[in-house]
Amino acid sequence: MNTILVTHRDDLASKTGMWLFLFTEMLLFGGLFIVYSVYRYRNPIAFHQAAHELSIIIGTINTIILLISSTTIAMSITAIQKKNKKLALLLLGTTILLGLAFLVNKYFEWGEHFKEHIYPGSAVLASRGHGDVLFYGLYFFMTGLHALHIIIGLIFILVVAVSIFREKINPENYVLLENSGLYWHLVDLIWIFLFPLFYLIT
Amino acid sequence: MENEKNHIIPYKTFLYVLAGLIALTLTSVTLTQISLGAMTVTIALIIAAVKSSFVLSIFMHLKFENKMFSRAVIGVILLLSAVIAITLLDYLNR
Repeated sequence: MNTILVTHRDDLASKTGMWLFLFTEMLLFGGLFIVYSVYRYRNPIAFHQAAHELSIIIGTINTIILLISSTTIAMSITAIQKKNKKLALLLLGTTILLGLAFLVNKYFEWGEHFKEHIYPGSAVLASRGHGDVLFYGLYFFMTGLHALHIIIGLIFILVVAVSIFREKINPENYVLLENSGLYWHLVDLIWIFLFPLFYLIT
Repeated sequence: MENEKNHIIPYKTFLYVLAGLIALTLTSVTLTQISLGAMTVTIALIIAAVKSSFVLSIFMHLKFENKMFSRAVIGVILLLSAVIAITLLDYLNR
């Protein structure tokens, strides 16, 4: 045994904790998907028509943006394992930029709805009937909650990038990078289901 | 054990997976525009499930991690499916 002091570390436990947290997130969104399914079942025509008003093009672009950002953060783990700090930082920077691009698209998308006076609590929306109110209520809440996760993920990734820059995260200790990746992939996973359910099923 | 923990996935693998995911997304968009009816939902959800399995196994490293993680994920998916199925059974038979 050597006498050098080593701080205790348990990467498996860190990842287990992260996964347990992700499970609670899956159940949170899972519950919302149940609410969506039941209301859709009860208001099939309103859901069908309201979904036509969403832009499939913006939705598809945002889906591809998130998929690429997931790829870049996954690749940054490979980069840190190969001791390529520069590339790891470059890939994380790309992930952050793509996440911001997603939010910018979201801003314009929601802006279009607001221009047409479609937002939770609007009189115009209320006059269109119960089914539309439910569809847009769920749409704004679920994509809004997802966007909140994007913002939290971006802050998380920024913290990780700074830690890599300061070499607190290094080729010997990169579990925090892995955990931020897991979080970002979960956000991507949720979008993989949100996108077809709101934009495609018309 | 040490090798398993530090499994390095080549950059190329991620790019192949990305290409597959984008192809599936475009397939999903195209198919849902053409086919109508109840099949649309099924097709879109099957494609989403296939995409998820790629993200979970490769991007989230489940394929290379301790088996405990993939078993737990399968468990949560089964739990969620059971909850969804039971709730919908209730609603569809009222």
